[in-house]
Amino acid sequence: MAINLDFPTVWARWPSFLDGATLTLELALMATVFGGTLGTLCAVGRRSRNSTIASLSGAYVEAIRNTPFLVQIFLVYFGLASLGLKLSAFTVAAMALTINVGAYTTEIMRAGFDAIPRGQIEAAEGLALSRFQVYWHIVLLPAMEKVYPSLTSQFVLMMLASSVCSQISAEELTAVANFIQSDTYRAFETYITIAVIYVVLSLVLRAGFWGLGLVLFPRLRRLGTPL
Amino acid sequence: MGGDLNINHLEFLGHGALWTLGLSAMALIGGGLFGFVLALARIAPARALRWASGGYIQLIQGTPLLVILFLGYFGLAAIGFDLSPLVAAGASLTIYNAAYFGEIWRGCIQSVPKPQWEAAEGLGLSRTQRMFKVILPQAIRIATPPTVGFTVQIIKNTSLASVIGFVELARAGQIINNSLFKPFLIYAIIALIYFAMCYPISRLSRRLERRMALGRAQPIPA
Repeated sequence: MAINLDFPTVWARWPSFLDGATLTLELALMATVFGGTLGTLCAVGRRSRNSTIASLSGAYVEAIRNTPFLVQIFLVYFGLASLGLKLSAFTVAAMALTINVGAYTTEIMRAGFDAIPRGQIEAAEGLALSRFQVYWHIVLLPAMEKVYPSLTSQFVLMMLASSVCSQISAEELTAVANFIQSDTYRAFETYITIAVIYVVLSLVLRAGFWGLGLVLFPRLRRLGTPL
Repeated sequence: MGGDLNINHLEFLGHGALWTLGLSAMALIGGGLFGFVLALARIAPARALRWASGGYIQLIQGTPLLVILFLGYFGLAAIGFDLSPLVAAGASLTIYNAAYFGEIWRGCIQSVPKPQWEAAEGLGLSRTQRMFKVILPQAIRIATPPTVGFTVQIIKNTSLASVIGFVELARAGQIINNSLFKPFLIYAIIALIYFAMCYPISRLSRRLERRMALGRAQPIPA
């Protein structure tokens, strides 16, 4: 049996692929910023002396980490709709991704906070740094530096998981591919094409995070050694 | 449209849940076997094997599972290979999970202390004997907690098989929702069922991890 492949027909749609890839990157960046912030706050919450806050953050992490993203995105999508909120598919997708990656960030950042020696904080207090200064320079940044590799792999995985947003018809890369393959009947070529685009996107993200790491953690750049 | 959730719906969901478990078992066994081969290839003396397995892992880990599923089901059908949803889902999950298992287990094998290799070599064991009689029995201990932890990912990932029409738990929920139109209630029930499957495994994985950490702790010198 002869297999005839026709990539040019599919590649002629490159502006759509480009739009889809851009939207995927936008989703990933929004979820990284908001989810990263949410996760860091919840990690602080999990270590809080207030037991209500600590167990609420814990419940959030367990609920998200033990259910599939597909079900979460449906719950957010239909849940908001039943509350009478009409939001665009893109907004819902960004919210669901934020909630999802926030839970993973919580666990990772908690490990980072746990790795800060108590003596460091005592020393900083002894040097009369303000509460904010201690938190920022002694706790938050070094904790982030310690877990930066796991954090960034999690964000890359989240970018790949954003393909699931095609199921609520957010027009990201996978949704674009679904449309193109139903239009051209070239399913194999279309999905091979976006698979390659996803591999490139994940390499781009990794490179971006590596560069960001050099900016955020100058010790690594100046001394060439991690913490 | 409309109507209430009744016992038949719950039975249908139970059936879907069983298929979720079945698909997870397929993915665990298939992905595990293939992943084990990949892990060995990643540390093989032959450079070509190391590169090929490394390239495979990079490629698969850079592609979403959803795209692999679409490729295996719609893509292969378009060029003349019609697979049933079960075969396509099982094969895609195997291909995907093997890449992760390969990388997790490579790390575990490599974290067996180097002197163990050297001692085995000193005893005149062949490479195969060293691997299977000395290194792997120790690597399995190290690999247990992360493998159990990854099983949770496998169970959750089977939910994506719903997009190619395979009726597992998530798809069963969608079908019921199409007739009842009570999305919030139904997806909440689905989420609860997934949680009930995954949470005990997450707990187990954490307990195993803590036990390993205790085993590794150095005694404090007096």
